[in-house]
Amino acid sequence: MDKPSDTVNLGFHLNGQTVTVDLPPGTRLSEALRQSLDTRDVKVGCDAGDCGACTVLVDGDPVCACLTPVAQVSGKHVETASGLTANDPVGRKLATSFHDHGAAQCGICIPGMIVSATALLRSDATPSDDAIADALGGVLCRCTGYRKIIRAVANAYEATDTQIDGAIGTPLRRLDGHPKVSGAETFGDDIAPPDTLDIRVIRSPHPRARFTLGDLDAYRAAHPGITAILTANDVPGQNTFGTIPGFVDQAVFAVSETRFRGEAIAAIIGPRTALTDAALDAFPVDWTPQDAATDIATALAPEAAQLHTDRHGNIMCRGFVACGDPDAALSQADITAHGTFTTSYVEHAYIEPEAGFARLNGDRVEIHACTQAPVMDQESVAAILGWPLDRVRIVPTAAGGGFGSKLDVSVQPILALATLKTGQPVRITYSRRESMQSTTKRHPAQMTAKIGATRDGKLKGMAFSGHFNTGAYSSWGPTVATRVPVHASGPYRFADYRAEAIGVFTNGPVSGAFRGFGVPQGAIAQECLFDQLAEQLDLDPLEFRIANALENNVKTVCGQTFTQGVGIKACFQALRPAWQKACAKAKEINAGPGPIRRGVGVAAGWYGCGNTSISNPSTIRAGIRPDGAVVLHQGAPDIGQGANTVITQIFAETLGVPAQDVTLIGPDTDVTPDAGKTSASRQTFVTGNAARLAAQTLRRHILERVNAEEDATLSLGDGHIRISGSSSDHTLALSDLPTENGYVFEAVETYDPPTAPLDENGQGAPYAQYGYAAHLAEIDVDITLGTVKVVGYTAAHDVGRAINPLLIEGQVQGGIAQGLGMALMEEYLPGRTENLHDYLIPTIGDIPPIDTIIIEEADEHGPYGAKGLGEHVLIPTAPAILNAITHATGARITTTPATPSRVLAAIKALKG
Amino acid sequence: MSYQTPNTIEDALDLLAPGDATILAGGTDVYPSLTGRDLPANIVDISKLSDLRGITTGPDGLRIGGLTRWSDIRTAALPPAFAGLQHAAAQVGGIQIQNSGTIAGNLCNASPAADGVPPLLTLDASADLTSATGTRRLALPDFILGPRQTALAPGEVLTALHIPTPPPDAQAAFEKLGARTYLVISIAMVAALVRLDATGHIAEARIAVGACAPVAERLTALEHDLIGQNPATPDLAPHHFADLSPIGDPRGSAEYRSAAVIELCRRAIRTAGGAHG
Repeated sequence: MDKPSDTVNLGFHLNGQTVTVDLPPGTRLSEALRQSLDTRDVKVGCDAGDCGACTVLVDGDPVCACLTPVAQVSGKHVETASGLTANDPVGRKLATSFHDHGAAQCGICIPGMIVSATALLRSDATPSDDAIADALGGVLCRCTGYRKIIRAVANAYEATDTQIDGAIGTPLRRLDGHPKVSGAETFGDDIAPPDTLDIRVIRSPHPRARFTLGDLDAYRAAHPGITAILTANDVPGQNTFGTIPGFVDQAVFAVSETRFRGEAIAAIIGPRTALTDAALDAFPVDWTPQDAATDIATALAPEAAQLHTDRHGNIMCRGFVACGDPDAALSQADITAHGTFTTSYVEHAYIEPEAGFARLNGDRVEIHACTQAPVMDQESVAAILGWPLDRVRIVPTAAGGGFGSKLDVSVQPILALATLKTGQPVRITYSRRESMQSTTKRHPAQMTAKIGATRDGKLKGMAFSGHFNTGAYSSWGPTVATRVPVHASGPYRFADYRAEAIGVFTNGPVSGAFRGFGVPQGAIAQECLFDQLAEQLDLDPLEFRIANALENNVKTVCGQTFTQGVGIKACFQALRPAWQKACAKAKEINAGPGPIRRGVGVAAGWYGCGNTSISNPSTIRAGIRPDGAVVLHQGAPDIGQGANTVITQIFAETLGVPAQDVTLIGPDTDVTPDAGKTSASRQTFVTGNAARLAAQTLRRHILERVNAEEDATLSLGDGHIRISGSSSDHTLALSDLPTENGYVFEAVETYDPPTAPLDENGQGAPYAQYGYAAHLAEIDVDITLGTVKVVGYTAAHDVGRAINPLLIEGQVQGGIAQGLGMALMEEYLPGRTENLHDYLIPTIGDIPPIDTIIIEEADEHGPYGAKGLGEHVLIPTAPAILNAITHATGARITTTPATPSRVLAAIKALKG
Repeated sequence: MSYQTPNTIEDALDLLAPGDATILAGGTDVYPSLTGRDLPANIVDISKLSDLRGITTGPDGLRIGGLTRWSDIRTAALPPAFAGLQHAAAQVGGIQIQNSGTIAGNLCNASPAADGVPPLLTLDASADLTSATGTRRLALPDFILGPRQTALAPGEVLTALHIPTPPPDAQAAFEKLGARTYLVISIAMVAALVRLDATGHIAEARIAVGACAPVAERLTALEHDLIGQNPATPDLAPHHFADLSPIGDPRGSAEYRSAAVIELCRRAIRTAGGAHG
């Protein structure tokens, strides 16, 4: 029998107000604040004290609200971010400073950061950077790389709260920034009313198992508090989801076999109090574990069980690119370097676990959840329900980080099925463990590569072959298989090249999209081998790369020739001063005694913006309302990267109005046209272009109305537009003009980048533009302990045109932090690291100051010359760090992460 | 389901006497251990027992109340022999955890990687275990019996730690090894307490190692051999570490721990020795 626990009446002071709650005394303070007191600025990322997002002050001291029983704050003073940023002089300064510095990206960690920083600044108004790190070390951030947070706290008392007009090229503060720093932002778990029915999912505890469900009617009878049960039988449409046509193979609820630990088989729906452990444990299911192939080698063995009957040999698919005669070139090369490299499962570890809310509205379903791909969600849910698309509405909440994993549906199908079955609104929030077990990862890779060079330092042939563990289902595995061979050359001149990527099914977690789609793994192999070549040739690693860098009018390995816009050489050249300085410093340090050896490493990356060789349009709608408001229907999800700001800047500049005067609407599939998914570093490029075209059309409509010159200036006021040209001056009273769809003037425009298909050798025009990056890492290795500390970092990025340099720095710093984690500490092991204390991501003390160098090699297709950036950043980071370790110690690390244990073993192996 | 918040130790002991309750103090171990599941059915929240919080000095040593927070220890004015304990306190989780987590909780949780244990071993700490029938005092090695296993009997509370007055000229250090800067569970750790003679050589050494065996332990053979040595160049031999039995796990291989712990010892001895005068 499910019995609600005893409650007690408790009073305390919350942000200066006296409040009382009637709750079980052991209720977590985070739960009490969020659910009973609607203080949803207290965020929950882990429920284990590992992330600090829920930090509140209790009698002035920062504590994790998720570890504090509400009983313990009885009679005490509790302060949260929303109270501090509204009423506390220190908290208000911090909020402004965080906004000024671009210290908030997705914003989910910011309440915890601001609360912790308030406690610090109350006791120390001028803290050192070290003191700031100590005070904020208990709060994890996955987006920013922490550096802007440190600056925001250090300079809090100088915060100005001034916004600029936002012309292209200026560091406009994030237009959606205020709620992110005040605690008002609403994420996936912040929407549902308190008494909404909740959902808990029954998941497989085994990597592979067969199962049978027991008597569900008897179970229901024994648990009358449960409102409904969902299984595969409740799926009216197709019981599968996926992302790539032909590879839609993952069950919403498994039918008789589960293929990875954490796969869903059923869900129970009911009031929160009814969904107890006892109810979960009593769920009638019999598991029969089966032999599992959890790694690539086991899955490829002839005797291996087949995960999917239609994919022979557990091969999901292959990608292939070849040009010239690589075998001949390698045999003719004066020197070669070859190696085998292994990477691990990497978890996205956004601080917001997947969450959402759904309800029925007439014959439609509305889903409010965190996502990177609202229209893909809409299509998936419609297929699962067997409904037409227009009966599904997706309203993205703010996403507390995404990085690729929130491209796939997670909670959305479950929410839709649950609200359909119960007829009532429903909510769900994944636990940290559930999020880590059930959502996608970066593909573990096993790669071998061989690269040749001539004695005079010119590249001569490359052969690459990689197996990519796609886990139990396809997700974005086909995209990884396609992208890796296209990019594995790096941004270099290869006339003779062959690269193959093979996606392999295993009984591991599903690998999907993660910032770079496999390209960061490939870059490790190529860039580490480049350092071996430079060493054999006795050439400076940076100059070796400069001599072989791709340039305009040089064919890529796909046979594509860009006559403009290839900026990698400029990136490398920009690193020269930092490189020379860092190398000299390393020499000086390494001449001295002690266990610390300094190393300097360089690596590069390139990345094609947008989908590979297929159409991927974005559509933007905009209009002028009768009241004079300029409205931008912006459907590109801003998951923290800054699309809301950058796309508005492009739109506003083209229309000829200040960016701050634009009213943003969306994303919402009912009101924003499809701006595609936030992936493939495509939003600035593709949606930015759609916004530019929409603004052009809108401007033309306005100018044509009064026959004004093309260079006329627009100024919008209350109910009117003034159009001022050199020879004429018009004022249109908007309310006198007819409207359509609520707009006096309206424009809808679409942009689709020009690409061409790849042939069987991967030859074609996969992308309309690439972005380029070169990184320099300075690291200290403790050669007696194997620990690696990154102490300095310089990153040069060719972004074509820097629409917003503040946001570019944010992307660069955040991407480097993730690349650093991948290089040094991140390894997801099912059953072992399903939390944020065993799975380590970088903390505020792990990220060095980062010098961002912006290169602007304009691209003919980019809006105002701009290129994509988000994924590019992460690609060179891990190999730059690995090369620096080799420079410091001589030891080559071929398996990531380079944990202290692996680094010390490599150093010892060197000594023999 | 019951959740009791006694105001006095007597009431707490009465509530605990049946032996079926879970003690909750700072909450920093109880809640994370749930991993999404419900709180245990019978909780005795001892956080209101304010007599159990704080550090006091008596004629025969220092008493650290069981409910003393890590942040209390971190910021307290203590003799140099406590520097290792204070360094450990500053590295338990983040500030949030240090403000909630208690020293008794750290010991009762009995993680092999508990940061507090090695420094307390070098301080010869013992634990006062109080029940409705009285108080018994156990030396730390007799209290922590294995991973997640202690001598705490049903109905008992760890009310205080007793630390005999350390030599006034003793210095201490703590070396923690992890794969990131903050919020990290130790791969290995070493605490050292060193007293030098007039010539700067080691007169007394107490060395304890954590996360390299089921329970943290003192390296008594090493302590003995260190006497008379220069703390800057301690002679460390494999046999000094023979009692350790490090495991391999995602944080590091057994071989790695075996190698790293020697270096950590070297550094801890050097720091504790060098801090002198």
